[in-house]
Amino acid sequence: MSASLIFLIVVALAAVGFVLGRGRAMASAGGDIRNLHSLPSYYAFNVALSALVPALILLVVWLIAQPALIENRVQSMIPQDRYADRGELSLIMSDVRRVADGLDLAVERDALTREEASSIRTEFTDVRSRLADIGVALGSDVDRTTLTAAQRYRALNATGNAIRNALVILAALAGLGLSLWKTNHEFRARNSVEKVVMALLIGAASLAILTTVGIVLSLIFNTVEFFKLYPAMDFFFGTTWSPSFGGGSELGILPLFWGTFYISLIALAVAVPIGLFAAVYLSEYASPYVRGFAKPLLEVLAGIPTIVYGLFALLTVGPLLVSVFGEQGGLGWMQGGTAVMTAGLVMGIMLIPFVSSLSDDIINSVPQSMRDGSLGLGATKSETIRQVVLPAALPGIVGAVLLAASRAIGETMIVVLGAGAAARLSLNPFDAMTTVTAKIVSQLTGDADFASPEALVAFALGMTLFVITLALNVFALWIVRTYREQYE
Amino acid sequence: MTDATNPAGAAPAPKHPSSLLAADVRTKRRNAAEARFKAYGLAAVGIGLIFLVALLFAIIRNGTPAFTQTFLTIPVELPEAKLDKNGNRDPADLSKVTTFGYAPLIEVAVARALEENGIDSPFEKQKDLRNLVSASAPAQLRDYVLQHPDDIGKTIEFRMLASSRVDGYLKGRVTRDSLARDKNLDAEHLDLVDQLQAAGLIKKQFNWAFIFGADASESRPEQAGIGVAMIGSFFMMLVVLALSLPIGVAASIYLEEFAPKNRWTDLIEVNISNLAAVPSIVFGILGLAVFIQFMHFPQSAPLVGGLVLTLMTLPTIIISTRASLKAVPPSIRDAALGVGASKMQAVFHHVLPLAMPGILTGTIIGLAQALGETAPLLLIGMVGFIASNAPDGIASGFLAPNSAMPAQIYEWAKRADPAYYERAWGGIIILLLFLMTMNIIAIILRRRFERRW
Amino acid sequence: MYDSPNSEAKIGQKAIKISANKVQVYYGDTHAIKDVDVQIEDKTVTAFIGPSGCGKSTFLRCLNRMNDTIDICRVEGEILLDGEDIYDKRVDPVQLRAKVGMVFQKPNPFPKSIYDNIAYGPRIHGLARSKADLDDIVEKSLRRGAIWNEVKDRLHAPGTGLSGGQQQRLCIARAIATEPEVLLMDEPCSALDPIATGQVEELIDELRENFSVVIVTHSMQQAARVSQKTAFFHLGNLVEYGMTGQIFTNPNDPRTESYITGRIG
Repeated sequence: MSASLIFLIVVALAAVGFVLGRGRAMASAGGDIRNLHSLPSYYAFNVALSALVPALILLVVWLIAQPALIENRVQSMIPQDRYADRGELSLIMSDVRRVADGLDLAVERDALTREEASSIRTEFTDVRSRLADIGVALGSDVDRTTLTAAQRYRALNATGNAIRNALVILAALAGLGLSLWKTNHEFRARNSVEKVVMALLIGAASLAILTTVGIVLSLIFNTVEFFKLYPAMDFFFGTTWSPSFGGGSELGILPLFWGTFYISLIALAVAVPIGLFAAVYLSEYASPYVRGFAKPLLEVLAGIPTIVYGLFALLTVGPLLVSVFGEQGGLGWMQGGTAVMTAGLVMGIMLIPFVSSLSDDIINSVPQSMRDGSLGLGATKSETIRQVVLPAALPGIVGAVLLAASRAIGETMIVVLGAGAAARLSLNPFDAMTTVTAKIVSQLTGDADFASPEALVAFALGMTLFVITLALNVFALWIVRTYREQYE
Repeated sequence: MTDATNPAGAAPAPKHPSSLLAADVRTKRRNAAEARFKAYGLAAVGIGLIFLVALLFAIIRNGTPAFTQTFLTIPVELPEAKLDKNGNRDPADLSKVTTFGYAPLIEVAVARALEENGIDSPFEKQKDLRNLVSASAPAQLRDYVLQHPDDIGKTIEFRMLASSRVDGYLKGRVTRDSLARDKNLDAEHLDLVDQLQAAGLIKKQFNWAFIFGADASESRPEQAGIGVAMIGSFFMMLVVLALSLPIGVAASIYLEEFAPKNRWTDLIEVNISNLAAVPSIVFGILGLAVFIQFMHFPQSAPLVGGLVLTLMTLPTIIISTRASLKAVPPSIRDAALGVGASKMQAVFHHVLPLAMPGILTGTIIGLAQALGETAPLLLIGMVGFIASNAPDGIASGFLAPNSAMPAQIYEWAKRADPAYYERAWGGIIILLLFLMTMNIIAIILRRRFERRW
Repeated sequence: MYDSPNSEAKIGQKAIKISANKVQVYYGDTHAIKDVDVQIEDKTVTAFIGPSGCGKSTFLRCLNRMNDTIDICRVEGEILLDGEDIYDKRVDPVQLRAKVGMVFQKPNPFPKSIYDNIAYGPRIHGLARSKADLDDIVEKSLRRGAIWNEVKDRLHAPGTGLSGGQQQRLCIARAIATEPEVLLMDEPCSALDPIATGQVEELIDELRENFSVVIVTHSMQQAARVSQKTAFFHLGNLVEYGMTGQIFTNPNDPRTESYITGRIG
């Protein structure tokens, strides 16, 4: 029985419980709803939830825990001398899984019987060709350890699934029985249901924390793994980035940092003045009519997916810049369409509405009395804005710019398509450079082996990115919040 | 107060101009600065709007050609001798003839069509005509024959895809100059195309296959479509909707209506506001490490993509849901509590239904954001995979490897053949149409049901 | 030195500073000020009194065109400052406001230092030739604003750190610093405690030496204490305008009497 079937059984049990609970409550009240403590539907829900919730929690925990546990057990079957490092081990393990899946498929298609699948030996059967017959291609011949490990893997999985199924159904039945037994007209069903619902609400809210924990753990584990294979000092202070999957990679983060920083700088140089002036114009000068159409139109820019900006950079802005700054334009500064300038410019366009709508909020929260005071002294509108409104709004605007910077640093698609792939430390904004995010993508896509330093470095890059953007966000949100409180 | 009788203050120097009707030099200068400042603001708004227009212009100009495709419609003879040697129309026998068996039929048909229309072929070998037609044409013909075995032995009008170079020539992408370095097509081919077009055999037609079809291999851009990726996106959005709406609403209800002010809730709040600003690629790393490395979920599956996008959009949905819950005035809660409802009943019977339009609006906007997101999908492998066939059921829709619209667009943008750029732009038009529809629905919902308390 | 007979005797001789004729103000479709005629004299404190919403603040804001900042507000009629129509097309409100300063209901110091608050007006109008000049203007204005002694040691501390009464005197000093000829005050004491109110009232009386002061107030006692002439507004109309003593002791209009005796308000 598969997990989804078990799920359906549990749901069916809950439905049965719903009907039984309602009936039993009504019966104990002698058919008169006024004799019940709670509405009949609460009794019904109480029984249904008692059947559903514990069983489903058990199911989910089991589904998550079982693969990890089995993985460990099977791993320990592989003799130590078969592998030198974790990388090789994970390769062997993926072979094991493939063979196990292949055997499953073979049984399913009747190419092997159940008994054969769990008892065949490499000595007597060419497993590779048998599996190839049913469409499972294996990279190499299956050796004895792998096959036994795979058979063990299948056996453990089968036992695990059987125990899981039994326990989950038992839990559902127990919940059902217990709550039915408790159901009578004096039972406070509403309070009990509300308690469960409250627990679910708290659980949903806590998912945010779980997500953060998940992010931090997945980054930390792999980063630690990476630093075991590659010295941290060389990573943080290395000035060369040249990964090669054959070994001998140099994985210094500095060129990536520089690319990220340079591109973000150009993006902010585009977005901050335009966004800020647009916000000032829209909130201080524009008539309601102009504001009514210009503001939503500008915000359309924020709703466009980044892949669109990426394509725009690669296919429109890049060639355009080359025709002006490249060989044809006579300047010869630009070799190809992908460059820091291309990505920075397009990212700047993307950030304009971000800066302008944040600044707009902040400028609007400067009290009108401040403007009146300045205008009453005979200041012009622009003097009032430059010398009173903007200084008063400065902390908030700094916060907005920091949030925009964090966006720019974390942006991926525009730099993947528009910035180029070469990691270099150059001052020429028309050179192709690359960023932390672009390298995370390139190191983790493709057929890289997860255990090699060249793939694991992506987690260290991700960790660095996460820490930097988190620090920027926390700082910026703190500035914005303290600023808002000032005028509340 | 002796300050006020200060002799210096008693006789203020008349520093202002005596008449108000004439502006003095300084005022003129200040007003000029004012006008300049205002102009800067207007220019900034203008530049922003120009960027928007340029972006939309680039998309529409480059993307619309993807919706038409060049087709060659010619009579093709289906000789029984080659396709069905036994003459029994047995599907098993018919399918033994591979696409290689069909390729010559098409070459013959093209040559004959040229002859019948009085066009001289500049090529000695019939084989050279093959490059006019898409490499997928034999497969198309084979599929047709397998479906209509009765047409064997007849001559049928068959519409087949022209090759992407021919298509590019008709759309202006390929010119005689650009062909100089091309080994697939020569200027002579283009002369033929001109004549075939004059004869009405080659035509640009609306290309439904682009909207509903599957991706194709690197060398056949003329065949590629975004349909399968659309299905992948659809299943992902189902997952996002099914998870983020209930979880988001539950979390918001707790935080807005029940949460006591304590460290745990503070921690949750801080987490939500920070997660909203975490770069999307980090969610991709999370998905890769947790769902694929740790839980061993299938790679490239819309289910995993949906889970990652759910985690990514939840903060957005929670923030907007909380805003709409907050907008319901406390008097409604008081009224419900006053007639003896429990707090939970007050929230679920009164506050939640009143806040629903706002919640749905926020959810649709969150979904739109998720639909356009690319970076996390790259990490969980929803790219580089050629989605050749639509999933054959609901379970495989969630679990079978697939792509998603933005990932498909990215994949096309990375391919070397410029014919794929046109596809990428076209894909963007479709993606933006979806996003626009979603946003319009959100706006209508907001306009229609917005309540002013 | 409140309302000494001496000061009342001089009023008759004083020149007319502002003269308003048939002024109408509309807010969108609402007719907020109807047909107001009033002559405001130089070196005099003129008080506008009346129940809330009677239009006295609106009318005050017409005198330096602060109403220009509100889109839907429209002013008709004629307001002459020294014989020149301030609503003439050629008049730059910026120049006008330098001549007709304003102090607001709530103290609104800028989020800058005390020094920069005072120096703001002189800087934008270019009144100081040098740093020393500016220092001089700041000190003089703070002295005339009767706050110098309290802040002279912390001129570079933020103006927002002062107490409410000090903030309002700072705002008055800030308005004086641009050397205006008329000073408009919109309920300058409504946000202050009685002690601070006393200090500000004393200051207003002293300002009469150099400026024409127009004050809007809710408090009839305050009007009686600080003003020489009083105008009573009711429902957008100027009901009665005359010597303060006469308005409070022997009003001509029954509505004025009702208001003063507390029957309407």
